[in-house]
Amino acid sequence: MSETKTHVLETKGLGIAFGGLKANNDVNIVIDEGELIGLIGPNGAGKTTFFNLITGVYQPTEGSYYLNGTKMNGKTTYQVVEAGIARTFQNIRLFKKMSVLDNVRVAFNKDMKASLFDSFLRTRRYREEEARIYGKAMELLQMFDLDKYADQAAENLPYGQQRRLEIVRALATDMKLLLLDEPAAGMNPTETEQLLHSIRMIREHFHIPVLLIEHDMSLVMNVCERIYVLNFGEILASGTPSEIAQNPEVIEAYLGKEA
Amino acid sequence: MNASYKRHYLINLAGIAVLFALLCLLVDTGILGRRTEYIKGLAIIGMYSIIMVCSLNLLTGYMGEFSLGHAGFMSIGAYSAAIFTSLLALYEISIPAPILFVISLIIAGAVAAVFGIIVGIPALRLRGDYLCIVTVAVAEIIRVMLCNLSIPAITGSSTFGKSFAGIPKIADFHYVFIATVICVTLMYMYIRSRFGRAVIAIREDYIAASASGLNVTKHKVMTFTISAFFAGVSGAIYALSITSLLPTYFSFSKSSEFLAMVIMGGSGSMTGSIVAAPILSALPQIISYVNADFASYRMLIYAVLLIVIMIFKPSGIFGSYEFSLERLIDKLSGRNKVKAVTATGGASTEVSTTAAGKDDIGEVK
Repeated sequence: MSETKTHVLETKGLGIAFGGLKANNDVNIVIDEGELIGLIGPNGAGKTTFFNLITGVYQPTEGSYYLNGTKMNGKTTYQVVEAGIARTFQNIRLFKKMSVLDNVRVAFNKDMKASLFDSFLRTRRYREEEARIYGKAMELLQMFDLDKYADQAAENLPYGQQRRLEIVRALATDMKLLLLDEPAAGMNPTETEQLLHSIRMIREHFHIPVLLIEHDMSLVMNVCERIYVLNFGEILASGTPSEIAQNPEVIEAYLGKEA
Repeated sequence: MNASYKRHYLINLAGIAVLFALLCLLVDTGILGRRTEYIKGLAIIGMYSIIMVCSLNLLTGYMGEFSLGHAGFMSIGAYSAAIFTSLLALYEISIPAPILFVISLIIAGAVAAVFGIIVGIPALRLRGDYLCIVTVAVAEIIRVMLCNLSIPAITGSSTFGKSFAGIPKIADFHYVFIATVICVTLMYMYIRSRFGRAVIAIREDYIAASASGLNVTKHKVMTFTISAFFAGVSGAIYALSITSLLPTYFSFSKSSEFLAMVIMGGSGSMTGSIVAAPILSALPQIISYVNADFASYRMLIYAVLLIVIMIFKPSGIFGSYEFSLERLIDKLSGRNKVKAVTATGGASTEVSTTAAGKDDIGEVK
């Protein structure tokens, strides 16, 4: 046991059972500072369930998970976000009718201190805070080349940019760990290329670990340093991309047994 | 940045002042002759409806939850104000009318807000249709409660039974106008603050909202409470201008009438509520003034209007558009500095209040 070192994320025997079905069972994952980890597995393997477990959407029925050594069991979704785990969704979940800028500003809400009273009376404190958040939001949008769309409704953005905006929104929560749920799903090669660029930029600028669920193998093999393979809710294998690519069990899980 | 704020406030304040002066000119100089009192009454109805419909719009338009029991909160405000003023009269405590008016409104709002919290915390676990049904139930409970309330025991012999009479008529036209401006401004400030943003985000996608660090329940209960507060204020103005109360007035159909006003004006547009509320609330009065037999057809007119609007403009007359006096002036004078304020502070505020007065004019005419 590595008790001397605290990991950014550590799960110990994490699992959840829906009735008799164990959607996740005894999942042990460790993520350290600055790592880019892939989580792959066939459809229905429990990847998104795992994300839901470590973001407080579901409460684990077994085991526990730790963020920087703090036990996170029992926290609700927004408390998990406050603690520092941010995520994107498999199917895009933006605030469609709100402007691109407001989508990002909402995520800054937890850093904002102006009270109800300040907002009603538009006190100096309120105005200064709004100006500060506006600056921070625009800065983030600029980094991801979305600033020119700041006033547009989020639903009017092209698909690839909606995905990117979702990442920006997650980044705005000032997280310690970023979870990306199939960010390349439905993207064309150019958009995937841009996504790769975004992911690299996140690592350079924010120095945070990223956990990535992805079906696009070329993307995963390309960027991830380590990969966990999930099958039937359990960790089947873990290792570097080349190890995973040659692992007979993984190949079997994806392609079936050789006849 | 501060300069643009100041300009912004100045323009809106000037707009409201001009409007107020115009209205005063209309009702105080007696150029309307014998009908002045009647028109004043209509204007007051229009104004408390504005507060009421805006408060419901907070829930329906911005939070995206339907409430069919908002008249319940209004009745709580009305009865609170009535009991408070009657108690003062009973103990012969005399307070100058403007101060009494302000205190009554605040008390009425506070009591309604307390009910809002009590109802909101359990009820807001539900969403959509289920919440809607609960709000209906709450309003019915409140109504039945008021029907069985023994008011003489509280306020002495000046009143009787479940109904309430002899409330001092302190809701003067001028006070009501100022109260309306303040209420609408506060609600608009709320919606344009970080809290408003949070609530709209929750409406758009509550899962993503909580994944962005928003405490969904907290923001919903807060909005519900604020909405209840202003419904209570509206009820107080009603009580202090009509001077007698019947619990049956605050029925389910009253609630649905308010909801219809929100939807017609445009859910998610304060301007819409401000325009729709006085027109639709004064319409039956005007109809019955012109032709008494026709008054009973007003619900029919309502229904047809609603259907027509829903077919041709499902988002309501104004959709989510907000009127801005500053923008209008900029446009007319050819200044191209439009977005600066909304961008820097998200505070294109008070705008709607000027619009508030605008339709008061329309209504008075």
